[in-house]
Amino acid sequence: MNTMSPSISAEADTRSKGAAVPVPEDKPEDTVIEEGKTVGKPFTADPKFKLRNVDVSYGADRAIKNISLDIGRNEVIAFIGPSGCGKSTFLRCLNRMNDSIDICRVKGSLELDDQNIYDSKRDVVELRARVGMVFQKPNPFPKSIYDNVAYGPRIHGLANRKSELDDIVENSLRKAGLWNEAKDRLDAMATGMSGGQQQRLCIARAIAVSPEVILMDEPCSALDPIATARVEELIAEMSESYTIVIVTHSMQQAARVSNRTAYFHMGHLVEVNKTDTVFTSPQHPLTESYITGRFG
Amino acid sequence: MTDQRSQAEIVRHSLKRRYRTERRFRLYGILAIFIALASLFILFADIISKGHTGFVKTTITLNVTLDSGMMYLDDPTDKDQWSNADFKAPIIAALQAQVPQAASAGEKRELGRFLGTFADSEIRNLLTKNPELLDTTQTIEFPTHDRVSVYVKHADNPRYSIKLSEQQQRWVDELLQKGIIDTSFNDVLFSRGDSREPANAGVLGAIVGSLLTMLVTLAISFPVGISAAVYLEEFAPQNKLTDFIEVNINNLAAVPSIIFGLLGLAVFINLFGMPRSVPVVGGLVLALMTLPTIIISSRAAIKSVPPSIREAAEGVGASKMQVVLHHVVPLAMPGMLTGSIIGMAQALGETAPLLLIGMVAFIVDVPDGLFSSATVLPVQIYLWASSSEQGFVELASAAIMVLLTFMIIMNALAIWLRKRLERRW
Repeated sequence: MNTMSPSISAEADTRSKGAAVPVPEDKPEDTVIEEGKTVGKPFTADPKFKLRNVDVSYGADRAIKNISLDIGRNEVIAFIGPSGCGKSTFLRCLNRMNDSIDICRVKGSLELDDQNIYDSKRDVVELRARVGMVFQKPNPFPKSIYDNVAYGPRIHGLANRKSELDDIVENSLRKAGLWNEAKDRLDAMATGMSGGQQQRLCIARAIAVSPEVILMDEPCSALDPIATARVEELIAEMSESYTIVIVTHSMQQAARVSNRTAYFHMGHLVEVNKTDTVFTSPQHPLTESYITGRFG
Repeated sequence: MTDQRSQAEIVRHSLKRRYRTERRFRLYGILAIFIALASLFILFADIISKGHTGFVKTTITLNVTLDSGMMYLDDPTDKDQWSNADFKAPIIAALQAQVPQAASAGEKRELGRFLGTFADSEIRNLLTKNPELLDTTQTIEFPTHDRVSVYVKHADNPRYSIKLSEQQQRWVDELLQKGIIDTSFNDVLFSRGDSREPANAGVLGAIVGSLLTMLVTLAISFPVGISAAVYLEEFAPQNKLTDFIEVNINNLAAVPSIIFGLLGLAVFINLFGMPRSVPVVGGLVLALMTLPTIIISSRAAIKSVPPSIREAAEGVGASKMQVVLHHVVPLAMPGMLTGSIIGMAQALGETAPLLLIGMVAFIVDVPDGLFSSATVLPVQIYLWASSSEQGFVELASAAIMVLLTFMIIMNALAIWLRKRLERRW
């Protein structure tokens, strides 16, 4: 029952401790963040996700404090921030992955294409078919490579014939840049692949159901630099046809792959802006401290 | 000034102590395993040394002339003549031909005691089936009486008392030399049900009874146990009621098995009016007894499925049911099967609850269905071990060996299944 993922519980731990980082001279931690006040440009015209006054709590613990944000169509938005700032929690609200945590409560308005995500009549299965997810640790099913990619289309009934399914698998693997490596061993166990290949397989699995949005929760944190570079290339290619939300601890990665960057701090959304702007001229002192590496 | 010992020296010093502790710990482990293996070895050695003779039968092979005058029998198909006929007479005559010195009526009677109680019915059955054999000479093998068997097999063993007179012992020795009395593999043990006579008793009835009972137990406890485990682990809301159910399942696992027997007697037999001594009721009772074991081990197996697999499936839009059926249950299956087979092995060796529902009755026929009276292997062992006839002692040990063989097969199956189905992630 208690299916709290390791990443979530780890965040819960650090959250309770607060930001116990050595404070530099100008003490950016002491900066008072006004709840619900976000610097920069959190809103866009014709957004894919329209998120207003989102509040998430685990029991008595408030993880997300009154956040409002728009996520545009076919944009890559990066969530950055120190550990425990709530960026993963916020990401998981977007396809209701938090549902399996009993004590998690989500308040506010979260809309995907102007439809409420948390509506009681909303079908979670349908939502997740539209909003796919790639996790921090590569988590292929202990099945063959083919079955991993084919699983989503199979359960949603996207292919009527074997040949259609074969096409979907091939296309997904091609898009994930894994086709050349995997085409000769589609029947091999996915768990026998290297970490980088497994993560690209997970991306192939996510795009096999043709989602509109892909959520990525630190997709490269378990990968070596070469595998990371491949995944980043992939994100760049995919950004043409998908809306991508990526949580990352690497600011270089955020700078390389994203159009917009959102900086989270202790459950607040502090600043949202074009990625260039955030990294060259941050407007909030906390953002500046974080990207210059003074804490986090 | 005290010695200024360097840090490396302190570490080196403590290393010695650490290694010593480690060695000691290993020694304890090896000792524990040795004790376990030694007790197992002693158990097996004892049972095999006592029971191996159970797999040997003693027989008398005679050329019997089926003389109609001697038997007072004209027509073997006429059942009315049976009560007056003397089917034993030709056997004794044939035996006496081999031991000519036994001439008096008393001595002949003594000779007749060599034969098992059912020797005459063997002749009767033979003639009923083949009436044309009347007044011909046939070579027939008879089981000997228990006392002859004990003398032949255990003459030197002080644990057995020989119940033959000196004279009878001489005759038996003589017949042994001639090859009339001989020992061979005890096929009777595996082809018959129970009997009053050790020479005619077999474990087939008990084996079939055990298999039928296990079938019922498996058919009920496996699906019910796994469904319960899946529901409790995956679907049940976390509240007081679930906690209460959980505590009770754990308690049930610790309830003495005889209580389940009482429950079976009260509910299945008295309330539902099911027949006594039948595999269905036995299987139901054992299923109730095995359920907690299966539920607990299945829940542990489900818990061990990594949450990342669940998330992966949910992430591509699998419904709760699909996550459970496609991913959690297949990954937990090896653990579930292992738990179930161990539970079944436990049930296979269970005696107490079956005594209460009447599976302890003396049943000669091999059961032919779930509703025919039966007994099971451990109960059969219990019955034989408490028998007064000496021949049953070795039979009980032989039956224990048969039971242990089944247990070993089941445990080996559990290991094989686990190895085969185990998948890594």
